[in-house]
Amino acid sequence: MTSPSSPPTTERTPPPTPRRPSTTGLCLILTAVLAASVVCGVALGPVSLPFADVLRFLHAALTGGTIDASEAGPYRIVWDIRLPRVLLAAVVGAGLSVVGVAIQAMVRNALADPYVLGISSGASVGATAVATTGLFASLGIYALSTAAFLAALAAMAVVYLVAGRNLTPLRLVLTGTAMAYGFSAIAMLLVFQSPRGEAARAAMFWLLGSLGGVTWASLPIAAAVVLAGVAYLQSRAKHLNALSMGDETAITLGIDVSRTRKALFLVTAAMTGVLVAVSGAVGFVGLMLPHLVRLTVGADHRKVLAVAPLAGACFLIWVDVAARLLAAPEELPLGVITAALGVPCFILLMRRRGYVFGGR
Amino acid sequence: MDVRLDHVTVDAILHGVDLHAAAGEVHGIVGPNGSGKSTTLRCVYRALEPDGGVVRIGGRDISTTKIRDTAGDLAALTQDSHVEFDFTVAEVVAMGRLPHRSTPRQDEEIVADALSRVDAAHLADRSFLTLSGGERQRVLIARALAQQPKVLVLDEPTNHLDISHQLAVLTLVRGLGVTVLAVLHDLNLAAAYCDRLHVLDHGRVVCSGKPEEVLTPEVLHEVFHVRAHVVRHPTSGVPQLLFEHQEVVR
Repeated sequence: MTSPSSPPTTERTPPPTPRRPSTTGLCLILTAVLAASVVCGVALGPVSLPFADVLRFLHAALTGGTIDASEAGPYRIVWDIRLPRVLLAAVVGAGLSVVGVAIQAMVRNALADPYVLGISSGASVGATAVATTGLFASLGIYALSTAAFLAALAAMAVVYLVAGRNLTPLRLVLTGTAMAYGFSAIAMLLVFQSPRGEAARAAMFWLLGSLGGVTWASLPIAAAVVLAGVAYLQSRAKHLNALSMGDETAITLGIDVSRTRKALFLVTAAMTGVLVAVSGAVGFVGLMLPHLVRLTVGADHRKVLAVAPLAGACFLIWVDVAARLLAAPEELPLGVITAALGVPCFILLMRRRGYVFGGR
Repeated sequence: MDVRLDHVTVDAILHGVDLHAAAGEVHGIVGPNGSGKSTTLRCVYRALEPDGGVVRIGGRDISTTKIRDTAGDLAALTQDSHVEFDFTVAEVVAMGRLPHRSTPRQDEEIVADALSRVDAAHLADRSFLTLSGGERQRVLIARALAQQPKVLVLDEPTNHLDISHQLAVLTLVRGLGVTVLAVLHDLNLAAAYCDRLHVLDHGRVVCSGKPEEVLTPEVLHEVFHVRAHVVRHPTSGVPQLLFEHQEVVR
């Protein structure tokens, strides 16, 4: 039975070999795009600033130059408000996409994302606890991040202990998912029990991801953790290649699978914890960016891990710009934009090439 | 480099497997389904730690050897070859270089050579996931070759291969001059290409020896519950089996 529109099914012609761009060239281009995105990200917002001014202010700030006293207002916006926020968007985007790549290889599952290990749901318990009960009030604006990070660490320990000695992919994913349900239930309970109605909204907004109110203070730790994590994962690129071929094959290629997976779990969980603490749980980036990158450069993790951080950084800067602009002066949650921007982009790319998900 | 298994036990599957493959010899493991063939191999390529007994490769107890060091000497074609991501064939084969330190240029040459030896050079830039079963199998064998092992462990290497590639792959493997331990389902291929065969049944080696010593009507009846005639191959003289159809005797 064939419908008139179906293609002829005589012989399965081998799909054409996708032409893949040189990774070095792509990285150079993406670095340039990233630099341009940072400038645009600083210039664009509810108060738009001329690019020339932005560049001049940045130059002045970096070289210790001077600006006119009358420009103190716009300069504040550029240096104190927009720049740390844009840089943090870059850090979070880079971190999430790299963690997504590593976790998908580590649990050998194309549907995995940084949140599959339950770390972010754990963090949400900490965040909602702060939002609803006023815990850690003495820490001021850092209360939410601190609580989220501590709860993420606790969640990491719980998942690690429950998954047991033998961190097989299925056990990890199942444990992470089951724990995520548990943590979410606790977070929901906290929201519903809370006498403060505003708390529910604050917690929900935080869960969907936001970079509003970011200051320079939250940047150094997040940047250091992401840089170290990216460097570590890049050094393990060949191991990730071997792991994605199956545990038995990885062993015959000389990989101590259980030790490698434990190390990867600790690194990716710590990175996820920090990222969630500074920006909430931004969805989609960690799931789809890895696939977008693989569509472009192939599955070799040496290439994927070189391109993914740059692509993720650019992507999230623009997502954050959209979050600021689309409903100004209100801010949209990042998770809403990542999905709205990412899905069409993804469909477009998927239709263009013969990309095979999950091997079947 | 030789491979020696001394009374290897795996709970409820292997009950003391003894086996010795001398350096450079091709050894076949045959036996009915569930007799412990793959489990035996998994103990050798370290996917499984035996509950008892010792596996030695080149005289060295592998349980006290680093996994990476074992991988420097031993390559394996496993049954677990599910690939999740869209690697090219060349990338898959290049993974065989992981345990070795060589320059990217050397690696490239070794990969290209391995691919051409399994008649798959033309597939180098194809996506592994788009290959047919037989093409995949040849590529995975090429990866094992790229590892330049001294011991090659093969779990059903002729799976999915057409007859011409079955013969070509086994000839290639024999010609490598390395120690080979292979699980083979086709007893006639096992007889034609192995120096020695080990018959496994219920987790024990029930007999070992040259193909003509092992593949007798008595053993085949005892272990596989089939009636067979043993004839000599008209040109090579190796024992070949002709089976009586529909005669399953239990």
